[in-house]
Amino acid sequence: MIETFFNIDIIVAAWPIVMAGLLNTVLLSLIVVPLGLLGGLMLALLAGIRHPLVRWPLMAWVDFFRAFPPLVLLILLFAGLPFAGLELGGFACVAIAFFLNTGAYYGEIFRAGIDSIPAGQVEAARSTGLSRLQAMGYIVLPQAVRNVLPDLLSNTLEVVKLTSLGSVVAVPELLYQARQAQSLTYNPTPIVVAALIYFLLLWPLVRLLSRLENRALAGRH
Amino acid sequence: MTTPLPIVDARGVHKHFGALHVLKGVDLTVAERELVFVIGPSGSGKSTLLRCLNRLEEPSSGSIVVDGIDMLDPRTDINHARQRIGMVFQSFNLYPHMTALGNVTLALRKVAGKSRAEAERLGLAALERVGLADRAGHTPGQLSGGQQQRVAIARSIALEPRVMLFDEPTSALDPELVGSVLEVMRALRESGMTMVVVSHEMGFARNAADRVVFMDDGLIVEQGPPAAIFESPAQERTRAFIGQIQRH
Repeated sequence: MIETFFNIDIIVAAWPIVMAGLLNTVLLSLIVVPLGLLGGLMLALLAGIRHPLVRWPLMAWVDFFRAFPPLVLLILLFAGLPFAGLELGGFACVAIAFFLNTGAYYGEIFRAGIDSIPAGQVEAARSTGLSRLQAMGYIVLPQAVRNVLPDLLSNTLEVVKLTSLGSVVAVPELLYQARQAQSLTYNPTPIVVAALIYFLLLWPLVRLLSRLENRALAGRH
Repeated sequence: MTTPLPIVDARGVHKHFGALHVLKGVDLTVAERELVFVIGPSGSGKSTLLRCLNRLEEPSSGSIVVDGIDMLDPRTDINHARQRIGMVFQSFNLYPHMTALGNVTLALRKVAGKSRAEAERLGLAALERVGLADRAGHTPGQLSGGQQQRVAIARSIALEPRVMLFDEPTSALDPELVGSVLEVMRALRESGMTMVVVSHEMGFARNAADRVVFMDDGLIVEQGPPAAIFESPAQERTRAFIGQIQRH
């Protein structure tokens, strides 16, 4: 049993391949998380404009990308864009798909955070001469982010997990590399190793999230 | 004798909220160093009038000139103009994620363009004036309501405004904390600050105000020295209101 699922020789042999995959997973996360956060922040700031010409397209945008499965979006970009003469490669497609998909989620989280700040905060800031943007940057956003930190972190966890979708479009991230190693060695051990790495990578974030959520609960009393 | 230019000169101010006509053509002038007290039943439009003076609320029509600046002119740099108009809110509206000193120095640094050191020097001086220099490092959550409101006053006076607007500054305070805030307001008045105060603190109005303005239903019904308004109001509506609040 251990010979099959946790074969030491195979771990040693597959190690460089799997490590290369881990590196790409970390790299991919370091690109798509900030990208998603940035996209989300932009959406949330645009949501502050009540004008119907901004409001309705924005709502459609967010709804569309939240309702659209990210895997389908990714494959559509990867397989569809070349027909439009645009050959982007797996990595870029993952980045774009995530920007669109997770940006919409992050956007809703930021928006909830911004909405949770009482109007009096902005009024006080504006009454001292701060511009709308300064009030947002110095007063609203710092408090908003603090209020929704657990949700931001929870979404980030999901995003890191979703980077494994990159394997479908041949981005050599952790899962893809593990499957390569598996087919080279005719043994599932690399997949088990990859699973363990995912767990070790994300578990600290899960612990942190629990702590934040408990603190948020305690703060309400 | 020529009358000096008023600090606040509002004329024919109307404000609609949808179908609601909240201000129905209000004229209000406030001279330099004058303390004008605005009273009236809730919904009379007094807070809205105050909020129109620094354009937190956009008047539907009329003109508002503060310290020679046309507040409603689209070419006016409203953020620059607002530095000259301090405002104190019923619910303090301190920034909870900053210390008392951080609250006071933010606009000094980001609007008035002072260096951090200079802003902190001015900020501490402002906190000193409200008797809270020793609380500079406290966050709002660590301060009592009265202390929070005094920090809010310091936040405004640090910018050296030409006029201060108070929107029911003591209404959210426990009774035992009201005195400390009124004391700061009195000291501010004695230093020559021009003030417009919307409040129910009639005792304060009686011995600190130069003029009391009674508003009802979106209009100024009557105004005059506190003694005249409180002892012998000319209008029936004023008399009814004064009688009502004095029974409490």
